[in-house]
Amino acid sequence: MNVITTELLTKRFGTFTAVDRVTFEVRRGEIFGFLGANGAGKTTAMRILCGLSKPTSGKAIVAGHDVATHPDHVKRHIGYMSQKFSLYEDLKVWENIRLYAGIYGMRPAEIKAKSAILLRQLEFEDGRDKLVRSLPLGWKQKLAFSVAVFHEPRIVFLDEPTGGVDPVTRRQFWELIYQVADRGITVFVTTHYMDEAEYCDRVSIMVDGRVEVLDSPEQLKKRFRATSMEEVFRHLARGTTRS
Amino acid sequence: MAAIEIDGITKRYGSVEALRGVSASVERGEIFGLIGPDGAGKSTLFRILTTLMSADGGRASVDGLDVAQEYRKIRSRVGYMPERFSLYLDLTVEENLKLFATLFHTTVEENYALVQGIYGQIAPFKNRRAAALSGGMKQKLALSCALIHKPSILFLDEPTTGVDPVSREELWEILGHLKRQGITTLVSTPYMNEARLCDRIALMQEGRFLEVASPSAIVARHGRTVWAVRGDRMSRLLVDLRAHPAVETCFAFGDRHHVTPCPGATTRHLREEMEAQGHREVEIQEIAPGIEDCFIRIAGRPDVKDE
Amino acid sequence: MNEKTTSGASLFGAFTHKEIRHILRDRRTLLILLGIPVIQIVLFGFAITTEVRDVRVGILDPTPDVATRHITDRLLANDYFTFAGLFSSPAAVERSLRRGEIEMALVFAPSSPGRITRDGTVPVQLIADASDPNTAALFTGYATNIITAAAGELAGTPEESPARLLPEMRLLYNPAMRAAYNFVPGVMGLVLMLICAMMTSISIVREKESGTLELLLVSPVRPFVIIAAKIVPYLILSGINIATILLLSVYVLDVPVVGSLFWLVLVSLLFVLVSLSIGIFVSSIVRSQVAAMLISGMVLMMPVVLLSGLLFPVENMPILLRWTSHLIPAKWYIAAMKKIMIEGAPVLYILREILVLVGMGILLLLVSWKKFNDRIA
Repeated sequence: MNVITTELLTKRFGTFTAVDRVTFEVRRGEIFGFLGANGAGKTTAMRILCGLSKPTSGKAIVAGHDVATHPDHVKRHIGYMSQKFSLYEDLKVWENIRLYAGIYGMRPAEIKAKSAILLRQLEFEDGRDKLVRSLPLGWKQKLAFSVAVFHEPRIVFLDEPTGGVDPVTRRQFWELIYQVADRGITVFVTTHYMDEAEYCDRVSIMVDGRVEVLDSPEQLKKRFRATSMEEVFRHLARGTTRS
Repeated sequence: MAAIEIDGITKRYGSVEALRGVSASVERGEIFGLIGPDGAGKSTLFRILTTLMSADGGRASVDGLDVAQEYRKIRSRVGYMPERFSLYLDLTVEENLKLFATLFHTTVEENYALVQGIYGQIAPFKNRRAAALSGGMKQKLALSCALIHKPSILFLDEPTTGVDPVSREELWEILGHLKRQGITTLVSTPYMNEARLCDRIALMQEGRFLEVASPSAIVARHGRTVWAVRGDRMSRLLVDLRAHPAVETCFAFGDRHHVTPCPGATTRHLREEMEAQGHREVEIQEIAPGIEDCFIRIAGRPDVKDE
Repeated sequence: MNEKTTSGASLFGAFTHKEIRHILRDRRTLLILLGIPVIQIVLFGFAITTEVRDVRVGILDPTPDVATRHITDRLLANDYFTFAGLFSSPAAVERSLRRGEIEMALVFAPSSPGRITRDGTVPVQLIADASDPNTAALFTGYATNIITAAAGELAGTPEESPARLLPEMRLLYNPAMRAAYNFVPGVMGLVLMLICAMMTSISIVREKESGTLELLLVSPVRPFVIIAAKIVPYLILSGINIATILLLSVYVLDVPVVGSLFWLVLVSLLFVLVSLSIGIFVSSIVRSQVAAMLISGMVLMMPVVLLSGLLFPVENMPILLRWTSHLIPAKWYIAAMKKIMIEGAPVLYILREILVLVGMGILLLLVSWKKFNDRIA
């Protein structure tokens, strides 16, 4: 079953075509790497899929709803986390959890029980009453991710979630991603770390607004006779006409 | 005389210790990398060396000039590109470059040769406002502005963060080119794989230099065997490897897991054990560790292995 | 390395150019800055008027005669007062006042005819609705003037002037009691403060936020040049604004400039410099544009509006507020402007205001000079 289906999805800004007739599918429960050079159209495409921006033409069905006609339904079934905006720094950890869970209409008793489980799993029970501001970046990112999937969305969108994070925490973060994928939540992730592309079930690479390739890292490496995803990426992105 | 001398520099912001006494010396004409995650203290060190901030303790000199005493002289000799794009968005590409030339009492024409390779790529858009440039072009403009007065030392604070691998590679090519022109570069990056592009690096974490040496020397000092392991179910394999008594640490590295085995363990034994636990197509190879392996090891953060 | 330097003047020129470009390219803000004085003048001039007009007057005259009728006629002939009813008893007057049907009552005492002409006193009482005391004071004062004048005409003898007998209120410089005389200097103070203090602080803090200030500080350029170049375009803008306000007040509001235009401009420039120093000071203590805006808006603008005498007379305020008002530069500027513009006072009379402003300017410049150092921490 597919949780994301796009068909000739296009977004134009004036004469500039940011996203150019993009067609792809994302399967339920998979970790989908969404790669591309800066300016290739990743952010625009992601905004459309999250129901934040209306496509100029084409179609995108996310979690069973059309993003153009029912963005509100889409938003109810997705989670989102980015490196830039994650949690409120001036709120405590549990206040952040309660806030986001509340936004998605979870009941107070449910929130209470589930946040206790979450903090135990993260081994972060001591951090419950800490201000987010006081936490190290790695913890912030792990918490932000946990909050983004707290309401059990069908898909979670991660926009460069590990930027600037230390190597150990970066790996712990990916272990969280695996756990979430095992629960059946689809993970849609962008990253500039090419080793992280290897952790994905399937990877798409955008070049100049189009999805140039879409396959498993293994198949892509075979196809381009490359030893790493970095080589694959370089091979494709070198052909870009936009800078 | 070294291009940059850093001797026991400390700096704190309130209760946060940003730098806990770091020391290193950067030779003339080398590319010196500060490698570490956010919050390691890289930007703070940059600000102290570019004389924007005074250190709480320790001494430092840039181009033979003391950062505390002779900061005015330093300012005309260094080029600085902060982490964030910091040019005037409402001025055009050309206006920005001209302004920075004037700032340093020079003209664009005088030092054009130095920036030609970089600026040449954005020159077709010289009448465009900086706000309308793409990320890669903005970066080239910022670099041109930092170079237009022909500095002897270039400070680049995370020039490749959030930049795609291709643009990153381009930037490192430019740095190599500048090195050949005799410019010393201090550059910071959170991408461990860029370490090998530096002549020497300092691994940085939580305000400390974990190690200062050439990338090959750091790798040579790793001192432990590293195995690259793969199988048919990688996430399951990670859990099982960590639980295995012969495995000291195990981390995911792209399409392999890197295992530091306990002394005396053999690849054959581990493979058989993993296959016994239901893994197929298990491959174990001894490899040379990379900088990231070294960083994880030196940072001394124990594996999350449950005992 | 850069011994062959371009001159300091050309560096300053380049910076000034840059600042002017910033302002010209932000069309919307520029439009607001140029439009503010026009909007303020129009608002104060036509909408928020504090003038007295059409005060409803009730008359109680138990024994009407020539004298009382003369006084009544004179009062009602004036534009400011309209006849709202003849009453037969003090109780009826009071009832009507309470209901708000009338705002002022003219009550004559029952007395023998011809008394006014004999001894010049007017046995007359003015009762006013003082729920708005400022306005009430205004129109009773004005009514008193009219009555006195009317009584004087009746007495006919100059040496037995009724002025002796009735409290007199002579309205100097602004005989028509027109508010415009009051608010034109006030608007000048407000606008100059806004443009100079708020805009300079925002423009400096914006460079802090965008990180460009960091780059400038790392270069050999002295902070003095950066700041001085920022000031120039706002000086020009302030000049345009002063001209706009003066032209509007002279040609649209009919408020003439009685005193010396030279001193008016000079004192205005002095105030502009004080405001610029405030702006630089603010920029040295805050980090974000929002904070700069809040501080300039709330901490600087509100006291100017409330305590400078622009809207409310400072004389009626509690002692603490009166003292606070002395700390506000705009108060001194507005006072000086009133004296020059409206009273036409020679410069000697505004020496105190000038000295206070000079003192404030020097103090602020010294403090911001200390605070705005060439490192960020």
